Amino acid sequence: MSTYPENFRYTKEHEWVRVDGDTGTVGITWHAQNELGDIVYVDLPKVGAHVAERGSLGSVESVKAVSDIYSPVSGEIVEINDELTTAPEKLNHDPHGEAWLVKIKLAAPDEIKSLLSAADYQSYIGAE
Amino acid sequence: MLSTIGVNSLEDLFAHLPEDVRFRGTLDIPPGKSEYEIVDYFRARAAETAAGYASFLGAGVYSHYRPVMCDVVVSRGEFLTSYTPYQAEISQGTLTTIFEFQTMACQLTGMDVANASMYDGSSAVPEAAMMAIRVTGRRRVLVSRTVHPEYREVLRTYAQHQGMPIEEFGYENETGTIDTADLESKLDNRTAAVIIQSPNFFGVVENVSEAARIAHAGGALLVDVFTEAVALGVIEPPRDADIVAGELQSFAISPSYGGPFAGIIAAKEKFIRQIPGRLVGETKDANGDRAFCLTLSTREQHIRREKATSNICTNQALIALMATVFMTVYGKEGMRELAIQNLSKAHYLGDRLPRRFSGAYFNEFVVRANGRTPGQVNSGLLEHKIVGGLPLGRFYPELDGCMLLCCTEMSRRSDMDVVAEALRA
Amino acid sequence: MIKKTRQHISQNESLLFEISSPGKMGYQLPELDVPMMDPAEALGGNTRAEIEDFPEVSEVELIRHFTRLSTWNYAIDLGLYPLGSCTMKYNPRINEVVARTEGLAWAHPYQPESLSQGAMEIMAELERCLAVITGMDAVTLQPAAGAHGEMTGTLLIRALLTSRGNPRKKILVPDSAHGTNPATAAMTGYEVENIKSNEQGMLDVEALARAMNEDVAALMVTNPNTVGVFEQYIHKIAAIMHDKGALVYMDGANMNALVGIARPGDFGIDVMHLNLHKTFSTPHGGGGPGAGAVAIKKELEPFLPGPRLRRENNQWHWDYDRPRSIGRVRSFYGNFGVLVRALAYIMAHGGEGLKNATMDAVLNANYIRKLIEPYYKIAYQAPSMHECVFSDDYQSKKGVRTGDIAKRLIDYGFHPYTVSFPLIVHGALMIEPTETEPKQELDLFADAMISIAREIEENPAIVLNAPHLTRTPRVDEVTAARKPILRWKKPAESQVRAKPGDLRPDVPAREPALPASVR
Repeated sequence: MSTYPENFRYTKEHEWVRVDGDTGTVGITWHAQNELGDIVYVDLPKVGAHVAERGSLGSVESVKAVSDIYSPVSGEIVEINDELTTAPEKLNHDPHGEAWLVKIKLAAPDEIKSLLSAADYQSYIGAE
Repeated sequence: MLSTIGVNSLEDLFAHLPEDVRFRGTLDIPPGKSEYEIVDYFRARAAETAAGYASFLGAGVYSHYRPVMCDVVVSRGEFLTSYTPYQAEISQGTLTTIFEFQTMACQLTGMDVANASMYDGSSAVPEAAMMAIRVTGRRRVLVSRTVHPEYREVLRTYAQHQGMPIEEFGYENETGTIDTADLESKLDNRTAAVIIQSPNFFGVVENVSEAARIAHAGGALLVDVFTEAVALGVIEPPRDADIVAGELQSFAISPSYGGPFAGIIAAKEKFIRQIPGRLVGETKDANGDRAFCLTLSTREQHIRREKATSNICTNQALIALMATVFMTVYGKEGMRELAIQNLSKAHYLGDRLPRRFSGAYFNEFVVRANGRTPGQVNSGLLEHKIVGGLPLGRFYPELDGCMLLCCTEMSRRSDMDVVAEALRA
Repeated sequence: MIKKTRQHISQNESLLFEISSPGKMGYQLPELDVPMMDPAEALGGNTRAEIEDFPEVSEVELIRHFTRLSTWNYAIDLGLYPLGSCTMKYNPRINEVVARTEGLAWAHPYQPESLSQGAMEIMAELERCLAVITGMDAVTLQPAAGAHGEMTGTLLIRALLTSRGNPRKKILVPDSAHGTNPATAAMTGYEVENIKSNEQGMLDVEALARAMNEDVAALMVTNPNTVGVFEQYIHKIAAIMHDKGALVYMDGANMNALVGIARPGDFGIDVMHLNLHKTFSTPHGGGGPGAGAVAIKKELEPFLPGPRLRRENNQWHWDYDRPRSIGRVRSFYGNFGVLVRALAYIMAHGGEGLKNATMDAVLNANYIRKLIEPYYKIAYQAPSMHECVFSDDYQSKKGVRTGDIAKRLIDYGFHPYTVSFPLIVHGALMIEPTETEPKQELDLFADAMISIAREIEENPAIVLNAPHLTRTPRVDEVTAARKPILRWKKPAESQVRAKPGDLRPDVPAREPALPASVR
């Protein structure tokens, strides 16, 4: 099990976002990687691409499943975590830290208000 | 068994079906026949074909000798009657042969990766085009008129509702190779793929590197198609292409009135995740020994469903095994010798005839029927128990008086002399 | 207790490329009877000296190589192969013999029609038989496999609806459907909408009615569906579709439950495919070839792929004049060699025999269901047709999943059932024995399943770590996917000696690490 950081906001599709200034760092939750099992491949968007709220951020794959990643926020992709393309297993080990997926320059910072808090997310996955 | 289940009759097993769906008649199919009667029926049908004729037909289907070993291996029940190797622990035989097949397909084509087979060459072409679309994010496809006409038809069928416009470009009237000026004028920044064939439908060998240079300059991928795999024993492999889509029928697979054959898609390493169809990969088992398994399955329909790279499920595994055995029988030296025999036979005949195109050719060539129709020439040859060439008017109105001839290692000199005589007179 | 298998010697074998040595060969071409052509002269500079690293082996090495590899496979010829939805029935060898008849096997697709009459007659007779069996009006034999048939059928639907003024936008697919269905719909330009199944494992008719509107082109239904249950309300389902101008496509993967018993053409189906390599016994051959004939109602006939067979003056002809056709879906006429085998199967059975085969298939499935139902949770109470689907609900409480049970079944000498499909069943075990299995084999299988259920109660570890008796224990699929190695490459000189996992004959065989309980 893992703890869910208080300073993150979460989606029901198991993504998280952490806001620093005008940038949001996005990843998938411990719960998501645990459900998928051994992650073998991560497909990420290109830097400079614009993504809508709920828009596609690519996908993560295990041996026998694919899970689409949806962006919790809208904005421009300013950085991607290239290391995951060669070491996708990091997502299994540290999904809330080292294995973040992308950084997005927020177009509408207010969007995060509608996302779940750590407590809400945990009770959501508990109930799922 | 019935009492274990708790029913009185077989019919009771169907009692839950609504009466209005039941078929109460008898199927209009004659009563079951004995083995002997079945053999007899098919022998009789076989007698109503060209059995015993020499043939100079090629055009995507080639009559090469099938070494005995090919049939011996594929007739083993462990290969013949097994399913797709999903359970790796009891499928290492099939998995290992597919891995060997993928390797030989790469060696043959000069590509980095190859899949475990497609239905045939014709369906490999649209799959390659769709792959180029996924890679480039563009949607337009340019295909040479020298690609097999039926392959181009299949490409159009697949493309028609996928928002992928297909446009053709022409060939040089003199050489029979692609018209590079026409290609360059049609290439634009919406073009995902340029598709050529080498040796092309006329048997003429294309300059694949030059075509690749043009395609790449326009930001498109080059797809190279082949129908006569034996040619790859001696001609330069299409290393500069991005995707190779081909037909392996030449490798021990009998013409069988058009199928089953085995197509392949091979490509550069970087496109690995866009390849359709099954892939076998090397890994280790729990003892640390080398083992093989199906891999990268998330591309496929049973996992990704409507977002899959293709809907293909059943492929041509047994046929691919046959091709693998064929390539092994001939091996490094034999593949070259076989290709040279084909080349030599074709040039023995072709160089004596009024050929329509001047480009270098492998084992097929287009000739003019010299004042008569191809149909008249072929009728004459039938009297010698020879099936002549393919009249091209149906596919190329401008080549109405021409026919496509093919010679293989199986072509006898005496028959070739009869053909030469028929076309000279 | 394991009754069907015991261990025996299994040969090691390296890859072809590793047993090769320069100059070895296993072929002999005849002396050239024409002057030899210099490739460089004929082809300009466009030649290669050799195919780098291609194998070089002798004939005996070749036969041993492939024979050894073959012994690493499970096959129908070795026993029950109960893969649900795959219809792994016995492949009669007579089919192989007739398909190799010279005049058929060596018929060129472009040889003159006058010299192709026998081949064309075979195709015509098969088309006729399949139309009779399905209750449909016409059949095309061109598609190469089931999924290819689905594509053909969906294009036909699109063509018909377009001719009526609107191709529409969506195809409805039940959540129990094969993955090929939604993948096909996407390839033909349709959106996919999933329809839920109800608690009986059948299509939810009300959900279907709610989803139905003028945007829907068709429903793709499998009947019996993938849980082995006959869609009782198929007439009503068809009526819902037809009332709104949509069509019903049937995935014929499970036709082995219906031949002679019910005909799709009689219960409202407009277009369907048949997997000749399932219902009509042509061998799967490690994944193919198959053939995916498509049967249709009359109104779709003008759109069929060309060419079509036409009878005129007592002769068969290929009719290429098909202006409304969807176009070819492959070159030539179809997987003719597979068609020959399918017709041989139909001839051997005759009409009555085909129906008997269906009844036996349903009998065998119900027999297995009855024997193992006390130990495994049946997914749906509805009566089973040719296959039965269980869930691993009882076993997962002990931490054992369907995939583990499947692997343990291998130790008992059986190929596993279909694992984790259909997706609507949690931890599915999908079992299809087919009609060709004798009672003894079914009893052994049921014994094995029951024995495994007991093992899970007493010692789940033995199941979780299975298989124990195969020459290859579980393989690492994760590393295979993370670092794909899809071809052999010549090792660098320095690495040749130290390559791990290399099965050179001078490496002593490893002692199998078996738990005491299975030795």
